[in-house]
Amino acid sequence: MTIEQVHALLLEQFGAEAVGERVHQATDPWIKVAADRLIEVGQFLHDDERLAYDHLNDLCGADYFEPDEKKAAKFGHEPHVEVVYHLTSMTHRVQLKLKVVVPRWKNDQQGQLPEVPSVSGIWGIANWHEREAYDLVGILFTGHPNLRRILCPEDWTGHALRKDYEFPLEYHGVRGR
Amino acid sequence: MSLVIEDPRIIEFDVQTDEMLVNMGPQHPSTHGVLRLLLRTDGEIVHECTPHIGYLHRCAEKIGENLSPSQYIPYTDRMDYLAAMNMNLGFSLAIEKMTGMELPERAVHLRVLIAELGRIASHLVGMGAYGLDLGTFSPFLYAFREREIILDLFEEVCGARLTCSYLTVGGATHDLPEEIEIPDGLAALTDRKPGERYPFLEVLEMFLQWLEPKIVEYHTLLTRNAIFIKRTAGIGILTPERAISYGCTGPVLRGSGVDFDLRRDGESIYTSMYSGYEFDIPVASFREAPREAVLGDCWNRFYVRMMEVVQAIRLIRQAIPKYQAAEGSHRVAFKMNTKLPKDEVYLETECPRGQMGFYVVGNGEAAPLRLRAKSSCFCNLSITDHICNGVPLADIPAVVGSLDVVMGEIDR
Repeated sequence: MTIEQVHALLLEQFGAEAVGERVHQATDPWIKVAADRLIEVGQFLHDDERLAYDHLNDLCGADYFEPDEKKAAKFGHEPHVEVVYHLTSMTHRVQLKLKVVVPRWKNDQQGQLPEVPSVSGIWGIANWHEREAYDLVGILFTGHPNLRRILCPEDWTGHALRKDYEFPLEYHGVRGR
Repeated sequence: MSLVIEDPRIIEFDVQTDEMLVNMGPQHPSTHGVLRLLLRTDGEIVHECTPHIGYLHRCAEKIGENLSPSQYIPYTDRMDYLAAMNMNLGFSLAIEKMTGMELPERAVHLRVLIAELGRIASHLVGMGAYGLDLGTFSPFLYAFREREIILDLFEEVCGARLTCSYLTVGGATHDLPEEIEIPDGLAALTDRKPGERYPFLEVLEMFLQWLEPKIVEYHTLLTRNAIFIKRTAGIGILTPERAISYGCTGPVLRGSGVDFDLRRDGESIYTSMYSGYEFDIPVASFREAPREAVLGDCWNRFYVRMMEVVQAIRLIRQAIPKYQAAEGSHRVAFKMNTKLPKDEVYLETECPRGQMGFYVVGNGEAAPLRLRAKSSCFCNLSITDHICNGVPLADIPAVVGSLDVVMGEIDR
């Protein structure tokens, strides 16, 4: 099934407020999904026999932001954070890319992490990938069974892949920077 | 008055063993680097196995956001340092997919040759180290003797042995050398004088000719060894459904009987490299498996790796004449400051340990806006809790070792 057909099927099933536009500007086109409907859409993609996306290749967060004000004009993206899902169907041997776009901070309050529902109940590997995305990009996955840092130590502050992240001056007596 | 016990086993059932937390690693010889496992045991049986990772975390993804692709190639070496060539290839292909580069035929066949040689080297370590985990030392020595020759060949090709940075965006840094000094190890093994010079491809063929019959010997030494079978067959069973759900790839997935290999099922930019090559994809279950082996157990995962070495030898044999006959250069130029388009690509390639993916977001500058390295071992390791459940403590190295993880890739 091509991405156009998948998109049409999802629109028919969930409506336009759950499934956003299909973006074709990139080599790999993607479908936007609303954060609050992600679980339903994911479950449908996983369970429906025509789709059967049973393998989650990758789940990662990305921070779109330019901290340097001089460069910000040329940046070309609205500041936001997105979660990218790369799926494969082992039965049909096709791939699909989903994106969930959320603001950088919840309620625009610096330090309040944005929330995206966890898909670890649908694809088992999402458990670890979401922990990594939480650790490095700073996204709260609601409903995650064990949302702890995975690569950084548990008492680490900040999320390293945020564009405005600053390396700590000191960590347990070890000088940083 | 004497106490009569009708069934003496009842007393044994009453014995309560205390739960114990056992910390294994991060500096444990059989954890393949700095992996820490926190085991909850009841007597000798493990009920929970929590991997703690991140000891080797360097945030390679953040580094990638400040470097142009050709500068980033050396960092990919240091992810899976046992298969650096395959890492280079995966990242280069992702950038080529993004910029739409077309490679000359010679570069393509060179890449197949080098990547498969890397696969053999990596699986040899996998085999040797697995033997070591199980307490047999000699396969490790044999495996490293063979791997040493591959590393010598890599050294002749690019100057480095482990962190090669050889395959870059647009092909490879150099063409293969015309003539080289025969590696000392190979000279000794094939009764040739050390220091003699031969054409590179001839040395390669010499090596393959010598390696191929050795695989049969390894099967006698390990695969069909009664003790080895006892230690590996029927333990650490991973069902195909769970393997797919937990994103397992590579030999771990194929050992569970799922027929999926990106060299055949991947994206066209990758599969086109292997078009015109004949090779089989070893998938469990095998007819020659011992009676005790169960689909998805440690033995099957190990055996898939061994069979892949044979297929890699086949692929290199086909690549040699193709490379010799191919026209064109070994590379197309890709400047260090080439600006990446406003585009994003994701590409996975079949590395020895599974599918390594690179997700690159360009934003009109030389350095990408976001560079994500999806690690295959990261996903493979995430199932340890499931397959270690109910396994005796002594079998933990056997189960974790059968996943063949490299911490550099997991922690990035």
